Amino acid sequence: MMSSDLPPVPPLPDGLVAVVKRDCPTCELVAPVLSDLHERADLTVITQDDPHFPAEADWVHHDTDLALSWHHDIETVPTLLQVSGGVGEQRTVGWSRSEWEQLSGLDGLGRGLPDWRPGCGSLSVDPAHAGELAVRFSGSSLQSRRVELASLEDEWEAMWDRGWSDGLPVVPPTEARVLRMLESTTRDPSEVAAVVPPSLVECTVEKVAVNAVMAGCAPEHLPVVIAALEAVCTDEFNMHGVLATTMSVGPVLVVNGPVAERIGMNSGINSLGQGNRANSTIGRALQLVVRNVGGGHPGGVDRATFGSPAKVGFCFAEDEAGSPWTSLAESRGWRADQSTVTVFTGESPRILADERSRTPESLTKHLAQALQATVSPRMMLGMDAMLVLSPEHMARYADAGWSRDRFTEELSAELTFDGDDLLAGAGGIAAGLPPTAAGQRIPKFRPGGLLVVHSGGPAGLFSAIIGGWANGPRGSDPVTREITP
Amino acid sequence: MTTVLDPTSEQAPAARELATRPESLAGLTVGLLDISKPRGNVFLDRVSERLSGLGATVNRYTKPTFTKPAPIDLRHEIATTCDAVIEALAD
Repeated sequence: MMSSDLPPVPPLPDGLVAVVKRDCPTCELVAPVLSDLHERADLTVITQDDPHFPAEADWVHHDTDLALSWHHDIETVPTLLQVSGGVGEQRTVGWSRSEWEQLSGLDGLGRGLPDWRPGCGSLSVDPAHAGELAVRFSGSSLQSRRVELASLEDEWEAMWDRGWSDGLPVVPPTEARVLRMLESTTRDPSEVAAVVPPSLVECTVEKVAVNAVMAGCAPEHLPVVIAALEAVCTDEFNMHGVLATTMSVGPVLVVNGPVAERIGMNSGINSLGQGNRANSTIGRALQLVVRNVGGGHPGGVDRATFGSPAKVGFCFAEDEAGSPWTSLAESRGWRADQSTVTVFTGESPRILADERSRTPESLTKHLAQALQATVSPRMMLGMDAMLVLSPEHMARYADAGWSRDRFTEELSAELTFDGDDLLAGAGGIAAGLPPTAAGQRIPKFRPGGLLVVHSGGPAGLFSAIIGGWANGPRGSDPVTREITP
Repeated sequence: MTTVLDPTSEQAPAARELATRPESLAGLTVGLLDISKPRGNVFLDRVSERLSGLGATVNRYTKPTFTKPAPIDLRHEIATTCDAVIEALAD
């Protein structure tokens, strides 16, 4: 919007002015003071909600569209102002007898009232309105191209027709919604957050916000989406390859640290499933950025044979409070008080059911059998995996006093196999290890190649296994990034 | 009417205006691009005859393989030497 299109700044009436709303106990409390000030000092009242508060009178003006409140930076009601030339030169917020008397030059205000009461938030800074008002009154600093959807066009169908959706409905990214989304980050909207494959497009924070709106994110989710995008758009993670491969994998996001609880993420019942807004939309927002900004479309650069539900978006939090172990992030060198997101290239989760093991040794052997089968039971070292231990399985280790390190050590021993059994052709199966593996002991995973997380509901003797993809420089390495405001 | 922000890289135009339509093909140069599918030339020979009958000069082009987009030099040549394009695909 050009600045010349903006509505003019409306002046406040000169003299003493109070901005109030009925839905504020302090404004109700000072209603008699307002009448008194009108009689003794010709006060004008600007009311934000009820046009007849504190009285139905010509000295009470209704700020219908909140233009006065917005333009004159009213953040609290009541605000008492001394106005000259249409502009508030002095102001005081909330009710303070001494400050109101000083500003008005009158004595004896509000006899019988307490000396001081804090005010309430002005409607013009209410998060529900702030975005709309900013667009209406200040124009916008946003750079994205505006696309006008015709009045007879169904918004949802129109966005689908333009190829902006992963197949599910997307929220129309209006300017007000995008501005509201951007309020949750301190980063400049024009800052480049990442260079996004496959088209290697510079993606601004604003474009991330647009796609986060479409995915259904709440504003507080945006910093996680940005950190995840930064993480996948690295040489180590190799988002281009993860997208293009025929393997049915996508970025799996694990959130650690205080942010998980603060934004209401689920690390408990159904944590890998549906029903939680943050879990469901953060991973989706990342995938929409890859699709819309990076240009990664199935059938285009995305050549996955099957794909998987995980490619819609796969994000969950670790249950740190309920775990006797250090978290995934701590095992990767981060502190417990840091909020992080770890991205891992994985397929959809599968379950290992073990309702009989009563010792950590028994469960570990059984987990090893299941983990050997990830990608192929005859493929060693080339792929990583993620193991999500449920609370009931974790209890086996907690009861026996096993630490994360002890578990890793014991499991690694169980996951080391005789190369002879896995040679190509052994057992009548063509796939397998090369002849050089004969007589060798071969581990399933490289050091650090099994990521272990604690998550899930309190009942159920199951763990979830998420198979990986080619690791190292020829594929993808897990990457952890700090989530910053 | 709802105005939304473009979520894409904005490398494609939001809307493309149609070129002005010629009133007649007489005296204009029309390009026909053979995409190298079998017997496409038979079909295009007939199209060429009909266009010549309308007074158009027909230029014929062939791209190396139907599996890949036309090379940029070929597209440039067609764009700079022809007045009209008939956009169609048949198999």
